[in-house]
Amino acid sequence: MRSRYPLIASASLTILPLSAAAQTAAAVLDHGDTAWMIVASMLVLMMTIPGAALFYGGMVRAKNLLSVMMQCFAITTLVTALWMLYGYSLAFSTEGMHAGVTNWHSFIGGLDRGMLAGLKPDTLYQTVPESVFVMFQLTFAIITPALIIGAYAERMKFSAMLWFSGLWLTLVYLPVAHMVWGGPGSLLGDLGVLDFAGGTVVHINAGIAGLVACLVIGKRRGWPQTHMPPHNLGYTVIGASLLWLGWFGFNAGSAVAANGSAGMAMLVTQIATAAAAIGWVAVEWAIHRRASVLGIASGAVAGLVAITPAAGTAGPAGALLIGFIAGTVCFFTATRLKHKLGYDDSLDVFGVHAIAGIIGALLTGPFAAPKLGGFGTVTSPLLQLWIQAKGVGFTIAWSGVLSWGILKLLDRTVGLRVDADQEEMGLDIAEHEERAYNLT
Amino acid sequence: MKWITAIIKPFTLDDVREALAEAGVQGMTVTEVKGFGRQHGHTELYRGAEYVVDFLPKLKIEVAVGDDRLDHAIEAISTAARTGRIGDGKIFVGTLDQVIRIRTQELDADAL
Repeated sequence: MRSRYPLIASASLTILPLSAAAQTAAAVLDHGDTAWMIVASMLVLMMTIPGAALFYGGMVRAKNLLSVMMQCFAITTLVTALWMLYGYSLAFSTEGMHAGVTNWHSFIGGLDRGMLAGLKPDTLYQTVPESVFVMFQLTFAIITPALIIGAYAERMKFSAMLWFSGLWLTLVYLPVAHMVWGGPGSLLGDLGVLDFAGGTVVHINAGIAGLVACLVIGKRRGWPQTHMPPHNLGYTVIGASLLWLGWFGFNAGSAVAANGSAGMAMLVTQIATAAAAIGWVAVEWAIHRRASVLGIASGAVAGLVAITPAAGTAGPAGALLIGFIAGTVCFFTATRLKHKLGYDDSLDVFGVHAIAGIIGALLTGPFAAPKLGGFGTVTSPLLQLWIQAKGVGFTIAWSGVLSWGILKLLDRTVGLRVDADQEEMGLDIAEHEERAYNLT
Repeated sequence: MKWITAIIKPFTLDDVREALAEAGVQGMTVTEVKGFGRQHGHTELYRGAEYVVDFLPKLKIEVAVGDDRLDHAIEAISTAARTGRIGDGKIFVGTLDQVIRIRTQELDADAL
């Protein structure tokens, strides 16, 4: 649980014992917090451009590199505009919300903050300018639809991608963000679901949408008979490294303060990421007798995903276990499950993001308990595991059903896929009339 | 006149070129090619997708020589391109009917 709601923070984070006096004092701008949150916002933006763009771009064939980078860049611009128009309001407006009361606004925010109404330079969100909080949360709204592109890469029309990203943001991301982070009166927040930095909101949400997207749009032509090896794993390693670095903004920034919670979030993020990379490569080494570059980078991303919901509550030992379990399990889901079930999730959005997201979201519960080394107020690890499972199940259902509906609608209207010739030619030329590599 | 086509390992090209020059061969054409013979390819594995690489990168060199220089040219190529390991390549020799130098219209031996 984020500490952005002082009441909730004081209830769930023992390391932030906010008294009533401290809450009153929290209405004053803190320079340290503000400086850190500005930097954190930039770090999270860097995760999408160029982090995810390079991570995914390296894994596609050379003829589709620009299409992936363009999708990341275009989503960044589209989501920024929608966020300003109504996104921030639907996610974070507290209009009509009351703690413990389930109503319409437990699912979605109001439109009272549309066009960022009421935002001035001196408007505060806790101890930071609200403008910084708007910006920080915007970078989360950008990366989530950008993560999904890995599932339908190399075959979706650019126009369909824009429609999908905009509709998905509106109907899936904004409600789920509101339900988890909307504050007192929000559906999953009131349920007690712990999601410090977005394991549920970002990763399970995007991962499930990715699975649905690759099922609705269908396999790439020729897959799996035709080999489609990554065209530049060097890009993928650079991308994974930028994701790792940027993730400190994501997880430590979710403390919305430059404090002990942020510091601990940074440390457990590092530990879980390393543990997951080690776990993935260890299994790979045992099975295939070698350690791969794509494996260590993929394992690291699985660890980053898994620790995200737990970053504010897990201790170092919990982080080590969460990361290691996510890395080893994701090795199997990314390398075996897809081929066994026959769905073409091009870059393993489901196999890495959804699976590591679910593992992380579930394990966040027990590892928040002090008796398991955590820093939360969880007294019954099993009960919290059950609460987490409800949050996971709800997100899977919400994202799965609505993503399917959006994609089916677009398939019948604008059409999801490029035609066979364009797919063969590559999206760079077919959709953008440009080529990534003009060598010779 | 003979037409020599040799498939060699790419890194032996400089040695082959020098050896041919010493053998009195005046020119050659080089092409990057892929193929396989007795040398096996290798496998690549990306997140469980196994990718068998059958065709290996090689260079094809083509040389036209007079009958008198054939043995020297073959000797030059087979010495310079030889590493003793599998995949060193092959030399194919065929008969050449006619040669014309475009600039001067010289024919056959004069054109080589």
